[in-house]
Formats: sequence, structure tokens, C-alpha cells
Amino acid sequence: MSDLVRNIIRFVLFILIQVYVLFQIPPLHRFVVPYLYFLYILWLPFNMPRVGVTFVSFLLGLTLDFFTKTPGLHAAACTLIGYLRPFLINILIPQEGADKSYKSPSGTSMGWAPYATYVLILTFIHNFYLVLLEWLDVKSFVFLLGKVVATTGVSLLLIMITELLFFRKEKFRTNSV
Amino acid sequence: MRNIFVFIRKFFNFFFFLVMQIAALYMLFHYNQFHEAAFMGVANEITGKVSKRYNNIEYYFHLKKTNESLAKENERLRNMLKEDFEVADTSAVLKTDSIPYDTTGIRRKYLYRDAKVVNRFLVFPNNYFSIHRGTNQGVRKDMGVISPDGVMGVVVNASENYSVVMSLLHLQSSVSGRVKKSGETGQVYWDGKSSDAVIMKNLPKSVPITKGDSIVTSQYGTYFPPGILIGTVTEIVDDKSSNFYVLKLKTATNFSSVEHSMVVENLQAEEQKKLEEAVKKNQ
Repeated sequence: MSDLVRNIIRFVLFILIQVYVLFQIPPLHRFVVPYLYFLYILWLPFNMPRVGVTFVSFLLGLTLDFFTKTPGLHAAACTLIGYLRPFLINILIPQEGADKSYKSPSGTSMGWAPYATYVLILTFIHNFYLVLLEWLDVKSFVFLLGKVVATTGVSLLLIMITELLFFRKEKFRTNSV
Repeated sequence: MRNIFVFIRKFFNFFFFLVMQIAALYMLFHYNQFHEAAFMGVANEITGKVSKRYNNIEYYFHLKKTNESLAKENERLRNMLKEDFEVADTSAVLKTDSIPYDTTGIRRKYLYRDAKVVNRFLVFPNNYFSIHRGTNQGVRKDMGVISPDGVMGVVVNASENYSVVMSLLHLQSSVSGRVKKSGETGQVYWDGKSSDAVIMKNLPKSVPITKGDSIVTSQYGTYFPPGILIGTVTEIVDDKSSNFYVLKLKTATNFSSVEHSMVVENLQAEEQKKLEEAVKKNQ
């Protein structure tokens, strides 16, 4: 399966799972919103141009927004993490050329500790920006703090489960460097 | 001039990000105007169709609850039939005046249309749901939507076959409520805290109120007919600094499992609105 086809299927699956599974779970508390869809952005291949990543992130957020009828909310948060992703990869990549010899960010390609940091930081930024935009409507500091912490916790848990369930085998490509 | 192009090319990624970010924020903050944008209607149709597919499956899991609420609504409506009432006194005769029930429809104020709920959200501070009925079936913006149990929301955008409804669970939603027992009115809001509780404000403390009292829609709102149940009082907060109660209500509608709704069209709303606006202009 080519990268393009794989990523298109992933795009559709992530949106459908977010809208029809995770958002349909009866709310436990107003702070707990299970977000997983942005993992798609974290899984995009290394060799994608930076403009491409930003644009695809925008599209992903906007598609979700059309389902939830909040145009711009998720798109803004996704664009931000899509733009910041390459910077983080540059900082966190452990050995020279790992982004050339592997396809996409994962535990095996980046090393588990840098990968965990990468996921943690982007999840936090995504949720913080999202809640900040919602906070303009709610105007309560407890809401801002509580929701960022709770949502990030739930997101990290969901990402961990997804990583364990759908373990991505990353092949080492020797000829590419 | 050349330096500007070099500058833009050097920071192209950043500028592209900025443009996308501004586009997203523009959509977010101009949401009300954006509703009417044409491609929002197209997006509405597509997401509506996908949601309808999903709902075909999900509907089975809510059949029991849906049946119960529909049966309860039937019971309530049957108890309102005029045949249920008979006076023993022979001097009092129940007569039906034929004029108010004229078939020309001039006197009709509210028209109900059944609509299937295809998608619903409860997790956001601003929630919307979609119904399978649109402009082709007579639904327009600013129509009230009720469930078999009570108030649900107001239509904010209608495409050809689907409509977007602003749920009562939306931070900007506001419904004029009335205490069923005494007739005093107040405003009902959602505070964003729980998906089955709303808040009623502006109710004077002189009104006798107890837990369990019904709050219904008032005669002052234009979206809903008077007497539609909004919720029942669960908590009375006695704010010492003001002369008004803050009531916590349990919503009549179960937003997490509602499957059928009615779109209420107020046929006289336009006339009323025109008159009220004319008065405002004259002042």
C-alpha cells in the first residue's frame, strides 16, 4: 500500500472514530473530552513538506469541525501542531539521518523517550489551544486549568492504547541516506 | 521589491501557517455569518448523509427508550382530548364552535413537523445536533425544535435535506421559562456544567417554589408554543445579595438518547417580529 492511500484511509478512519465513537461516549464530566484524531498529524511521514503538513492538519481539523458544527475551532488547534511538528522532530531526533532511514515518527524510529516527549508536547499544545479558544466563551479559570489537564490525560491514555493495539512496524531503509 | 519576495520565500512556511491560522480563527469568530455561507450548506449535506448512515445502526440501541418517550407523549396528548371531559350538570352543554377550527388555516399559529435526529453532541461548551429535514421539507432558520419530552433547541442553519439545531445545551441558548404552577416567568440558560441540568434566573423570590416544580416555556418566546416542558426544579439557590432565585433544573429531554424531534413553525412570528421592529424604529 502506498503512503498516500494509507494516509487517506487513516484520515477517514480517525475522523469517523472521533465523531462516532469517542464523541458519542456519554460525558463523564465536562472536563473529560476524549480527543484522539490529532494522532493522525503525529503519524504523518517524515518526508512530507512542511507546507503540506500544515495544510493537511488544517484539512483534518476543518473536516472534524464540519461534523461538530464548530468551524475553525479544531482547525486552528490542528494547524498549530502541524506547524510546530517539524521543529520538535528536529530537536528530538536522536541520531543523524533517522528521519531519512525511517518513514514516520514512532517509538522505534525516534526512540521511545524522544517519541513520548514528542507526543506529550504536541498533545498538550493541541489541547491547551483548543480549550483556550473554548475558554473565550466559558470565561472560568478553573475550566481552563481543569479541562487542559483532564483532556490531555485522557488523550495520552487513548494514544497509548492505540500505539499498543496498532503497533506500526518501521523498516530501516539503508539505501536512503 | 525583490527583497520582499526573498523575505516571503524564506519565511513561506510561517506565512502559510499564519494564513491558515487566521482563516480558522476568522471562521470561528464570524460563526454566525458563516452559517449562511454556501459551502457550509454543502458540508451540512455531506456530514448529514454520513451521520444518517451511522444513525441507522445506532437507532436500534435506543429503540426501547424512544418507544417509552413516544408512548408517554401519546398518553399526555390523549388526556388533552375534549372527549375526556364531561360535565354532569345538564344545563352546561359542551359545544364546539366551528369557527376557531376553520380549515383555511388562518387561525393556526403553530405547525409541527416530525424530524429524525441523526447526530448529536454533548461534550462541548457549544453543542449542536443535526436533524433529517431541511428547506425542501419546510424547515427554516429560527424554528423551535422539541422532543417528545420537552424543549430541545432552535434551528440555526438549514440546507436542502438536513438542518443544524443549536441545542439547549449551548452557552448562548436562552429560553423564556414559566413556573407552571404560578405563571411567573424567568430565563433558562445552560451553564456548561452538566448535560442534564440547566439554570433558571430572574425568578422573583416572592414566587412560592418547591423542588420538583415543572418549568415550561412561556407565552413570551416566539420559538416555542407555551406550555412545553423545559425541566423540573432540583435545587433552589437562595442568592442573598439579590431578590431573585437561581434554580437548577433537570432537563425534560434526555439529550444523549433522543431520536425523534418535532420542528415547530410559528406561522405568526413574522407578523409579530415586523410589528415589534416597527415600534423600535419609531422610538
